[in-house]
Amino acid sequence: MTLGLINANPIVREKKERITRTDAHLHCDDHEAVDPLDIYDILSIFQFLVRDIRDPEHPYSLEQLSVLSEESITVDEKLGRILISFTPTIQHCSMATVIGLCLRVKLKDCFPPHFKVDIKVAPGSHADEAAVNKQLNDKERIVAAMENPNLRHLVDECLHSSEL
Amino acid sequence: MTLLEEESLKLTEVQRLEGHTDRVWGLAWNPATGADGVPAVLASCSGDKTIRIWQQRSPSSTSFDCKAVLEDTHSRTVRSCAWSPSGKQLATASFDATTAIWEQNGSDFECVSTLEGHENEVKSVSWNASGSLLATCSRDKCVWIWEVLPGNEYDCVSVLQGHTQDVKMVQWHPTVDVLFSCSYDNTIKVWADDGDSDDWHCVQTLGESNSGHSSTVWALSFNSTGDKMVTCSDDLTIKVWDVDIISLQSGDGNASWRHVCTMSGYHDRTIFSVHWSKEGIIATGAADDAIRLFAQSQDHSVDGALYKLLLKKEKAHDMDINSVQWSSTGNRLLASASDDGTIKIWKLESF
Repeated sequence: MTLGLINANPIVREKKERITRTDAHLHCDDHEAVDPLDIYDILSIFQFLVRDIRDPEHPYSLEQLSVLSEESITVDEKLGRILISFTPTIQHCSMATVIGLCLRVKLKDCFPPHFKVDIKVAPGSHADEAAVNKQLNDKERIVAAMENPNLRHLVDECLHSSEL
Repeated sequence: MTLLEEESLKLTEVQRLEGHTDRVWGLAWNPATGADGVPAVLASCSGDKTIRIWQQRSPSSTSFDCKAVLEDTHSRTVRSCAWSPSGKQLATASFDATTAIWEQNGSDFECVSTLEGHENEVKSVSWNASGSLLATCSRDKCVWIWEVLPGNEYDCVSVLQGHTQDVKMVQWHPTVDVLFSCSYDNTIKVWADDGDSDDWHCVQTLGESNSGHSSTVWALSFNSTGDKMVTCSDDLTIKVWDVDIISLQSGDGNASWRHVCTMSGYHDRTIFSVHWSKEGIIATGAADDAIRLFAQSQDHSVDGALYKLLLKKEKAHDMDINSVQWSSTGNRLLASASDDGTIKIWKLESF
């Protein structure tokens, strides 16, 4: 990013101590069949998302910045639907759509394709909540954004950071 | 229509067309095919940057074969496609900001013209009834009107500004040169010229304040006589509008579209596509993977419903349905396109 940071001084929290569930983690590179139960396990979805996505602006995980917590994730196993509601670090965060794209790409890569994913900002967490939510879920705009080389690069950077 | 209501209807999958390697966005039946002994031809376009041409094996067959793959022209997603009224040209709109015009040369299709001008993704393209005008729309919030000139020349005659967000679809009226556009700004706009000039302007905006949609309007379609229009939206509703067709045809500018009814509760995710068949059946396709069919109800006294659900097809595809298109002839074939990369051909049968 050549522009100034949007949130120069984010509050960083410690990573929560958890028992690492290596046996339950999701990974799309694993070619062995994923235990069907695991994809409905909120903790493993959460760990999978925060492990591999960092904030577009900072070398911290979405968990450290309180962007995402286990409570952010709702899975309706029967209907095959996932709802993620994340909390941008500031009310005017223009990176919210990039974080939304990262979450969507990550989930799409690893869930059965028929799963419907809805991504929203947590109620009251963004100044343009309705507009951001509309954009985050417009399929055509998502596809167009992911075909845009600059945005694609930004998303890939967030997804493939090895610092964490 | 009474006949339809009395029939028991069944939508049967007759073929699954595979070949695209990404989601299929759009479909168009060639209007010069599918009748008088000419096998039906269907075009499909996809996120794989290609267009495929599918042809019925024989006029009575329900088997389609892929006859051509149109590739190496668009560099990004091909979002929509439309045949000219004569069926001789195919126009394709792409996220690469261009619209390509294709013509069949023997068994091959060649790109004979490329329309440039939009700043970014072109999302939809439509020919007017006579084939003399073409309209395109884009994320740049503009609608362009192009005049079709001899020798595959296309001249931009008007750039229409009015929408405040990206324009999802453009569609010409089936009989009169009036253009319709629908947008991410939740409105449908009606555009007309002064009759003898190329001075196009917005003559009506159908928005939430006049019983319109409360979220993105994805598609619209007309009935065969052109006095009714149906629209579908991210607000999970389908709306029917009507107009005084005599007034519209007179071109006096006084024809205004009026909300007739709203159908809600039939899809529980974004409705991406709606298409009105020649015999009066409305098909919808949505992100809930389902297809629904509706028709005008004859008996208003029962519950006041003007349109009734004829049929629902759950799990019509494995993923979102992006387009549903009735064949332009009366053969009751419906094509659907999906994020699952397939196209399905359905036959509406009565039993």
